[in-house]
Amino acid sequence: MIRLASKDVVVIGLGWTGSILSYELARSGLSVVAIERGPWRDTASDFNITTAPDELRYAIRHDLFLRPQQETQTARNTPDQVALPIRRWGSYLPGNGVGGAGVHWNGHTWRFMPSDFVLRTHLVERYGEGFLPANSTIQDWGITYDELEPYYDRFEYLAGISGKAGNLKGQIQEGGNPFEGPRSREYPTPPMRMAHSQQLFEKAAKSIGLHPFPLPSANLSQAYTNPYGVRLGPCTYCGFCERFGCANYSKASPQTCVLPALVRMPTFEARTNCEVTKINLTPDGKHATGVTYVDTQGTEWEQPAELVLLCAYALFNVRLLLLSGIGKPYDYQRGVGVVGRNYCYQTNASCTLFFEDQRINPFVGAGSLGMTADDYNGDVFDHGQHGFIGGANMNCNTYNGRPITYRPVPPGTPRWGSAWKRATAENYNRAIALGTQGSSYAYRDCYLDLDPTYKDRLGRPLMRLTFDYKENELKMSRFVVDRLAEIGKVMGAKQIVRNQRSAPWSVVPYQTTHNTGGAVIGSDPATSVVNRYAQCWDVPNVFVTGACLFPQNAGYNPTGTVGALTYWTADAIRDRYLRNSGQPLVRP
Amino acid sequence: MPPHLSTRRQLLAATAWAAISISSASADTITRRLPWRPAEAYPPEPARPGPWLFFTADEAATVEAIVDRLVPADELGPGGKDAGCAVFIDRQLAGPYGRNDGLYMEGPFPSNALATQGLQSPLTPREQYRQGLAALTRACREAYGGRVFPQLSAEEQDRVLASMEKGELELHEFDSKMLFGAMLANTMEGFFADPIYGGNRDMCGWKLIGFPGVRYDYREMLDRPNQAYTRPPVSLQGRPDWNRNRT
Repeated sequence: MIRLASKDVVVIGLGWTGSILSYELARSGLSVVAIERGPWRDTASDFNITTAPDELRYAIRHDLFLRPQQETQTARNTPDQVALPIRRWGSYLPGNGVGGAGVHWNGHTWRFMPSDFVLRTHLVERYGEGFLPANSTIQDWGITYDELEPYYDRFEYLAGISGKAGNLKGQIQEGGNPFEGPRSREYPTPPMRMAHSQQLFEKAAKSIGLHPFPLPSANLSQAYTNPYGVRLGPCTYCGFCERFGCANYSKASPQTCVLPALVRMPTFEARTNCEVTKINLTPDGKHATGVTYVDTQGTEWEQPAELVLLCAYALFNVRLLLLSGIGKPYDYQRGVGVVGRNYCYQTNASCTLFFEDQRINPFVGAGSLGMTADDYNGDVFDHGQHGFIGGANMNCNTYNGRPITYRPVPPGTPRWGSAWKRATAENYNRAIALGTQGSSYAYRDCYLDLDPTYKDRLGRPLMRLTFDYKENELKMSRFVVDRLAEIGKVMGAKQIVRNQRSAPWSVVPYQTTHNTGGAVIGSDPATSVVNRYAQCWDVPNVFVTGACLFPQNAGYNPTGTVGALTYWTADAIRDRYLRNSGQPLVRP
Repeated sequence: MPPHLSTRRQLLAATAWAAISISSASADTITRRLPWRPAEAYPPEPARPGPWLFFTADEAATVEAIVDRLVPADELGPGGKDAGCAVFIDRQLAGPYGRNDGLYMEGPFPSNALATQGLQSPLTPREQYRQGLAALTRACREAYGGRVFPQLSAEEQDRVLASMEKGELELHEFDSKMLFGAMLANTMEGFFADPIYGGNRDMCGWKLIGFPGVRYDYREMLDRPNQAYTRPPVSLQGRPDWNRNRT
């Protein structure tokens, strides 16, 4: 092992959160080294317009994603099963390399609702303790929407998000989401222009008393220069967004928003193709001394640092905590411990609408081209009569007309042969997919720990994921899908197919890359890994970022909230922590 | 990897582990400027015409017959064979996909895996095709008086495929449903992937459904809701008439 000169800050992983924290701290004059296990990636070479729109290479063969050979998880539905490795990605798709999953995301950029941050308190007040599902471990975040609002704003202005405010300082705005928390100002850019499907959805939803609004989009409606001085271009609705890098500089990502400014910082340095294997601690385990990483030749390096920032993908952050011995691992049997606890996912479902007389052009799309309605999300509606908690946004998003994966045909159509061919040709341009993105709440028996059998290439245990969809979530999802089908009916579909979410959870079909929890934020060290500033309770010079902080997942995609928490943490480190380095910001 | 493709980035795009075994690529340090170089891009390797790279002649005949039943030629357009689906599958099997490159292939591989746990076979796609096609040939010979799959009538071929799809066809030491699943998925990939990979010849798969390919800018269509898109499709290598004009 070769020991390097010490840095002020070592950042593990150079995606959204790692690049933002690197920039904010390097700007304060700290020396920062970011260690990233994948390659450098930039628009001109890696998402070149002559190579980027390639469905086979990127969407099917997973060219931009982490290779499972390097790290994967084992999976099972219940604690009494034997977990087996996810050998090929399916249900979710972790990113790899500089930019992380911020390269291949769709760009939905949400704020969670104010009630999401005080979920347990809110639900118990409104419905009583007995209304919560059995064995659920729902909890408050220890931070409120009002506290996070300025940081949501900063992330949205960094990324140039295209949208329409629905609530400006408490005033409801026509055309926006009336159910959102108050915003201090409008979105930085206006909403995307909508295509035919969205127009049909908006009209139908309005006619039955719902409140549709444009999906807040990181595919920009117009050119935009962000506060770091980096410029993005307008989206061209190319239809190659999710699973692809953007060749147009139109999708907000670390590449298009942060890295060009970050690399100019004289005190910043990135090391690529170097995988951090461990956060090193002092013998008493109470202070981090830096990290150990391995390069492409197998050489081990020790990078000492005063401050360690864990900025990898949610699942990988949790595994590094477990492998480094930071925080007490969650013990499912006894219900104690915190690292790996409150793993959640997302409960998504959809309807496919088939039309006779509409020309849909599904290839005219963008990752976040959509109209949405939040009338059945969160706790917007009274759950008392329904017997479940949580909700989902209902959306009409056109983001994938790519033909290897998108070929809608009515149920009962054969999978091959002449009848298949005819139905495929007839329906490609005449179908609309509507979706729901639903909440996923925490349960005692859904968690992350280290696998007893399977190892990575360095001989370290893989992380084991124990998860299934629970009756509360399935009930919620069926309810919202029924509401979605009502919109589809008004839209004039001749046939509506409900694609309901069902248990058991399978690792095979793609569902969502919104794995959350496992290193959750909170105000009680007995039920959280980090305090309200995302600082580890047990090792105060380690901070954690990402969706692993979520105590449970809301009915929205996570990136907006991940970005807001990152800026919140950046301010906490700069304005509070550095005044008294090494000390906890909150006394338990 | 051919030497001319061994640029810095391609070596580094491999995982750290893979890179250890294939090259002396080392980790990079980036500071002060973006590591940009002019004309640096990573196009895929086009499937080249010529002999089969993975299949034997007999295997190729079987696969060509199968892809032509999965996607039959009819009044709507070419079938799987003329679309190049067998060539596509051959080139894919000859490349990294055929070896399961990048997948997690450490054991143990228990035989009682749950369906929700996905791929748990130690076989690579190459092994699946080689063993599966041999087993299929043997099963056809036994059931159809010595004839092999390409020699069956279209109706007989469809019956064999349908029973494979349901997992009802007994193959010696091979799961017929697994073989069918791989062949159906790969055939559809070949029929609808960019023609650069050897299938979807003349963009026939895209023309079948009305997918315009890689045009990358559809803003004009926002002014024309509910109207057909009329420009012809374009692939990563352009369009046949562009190439004709060039020569």
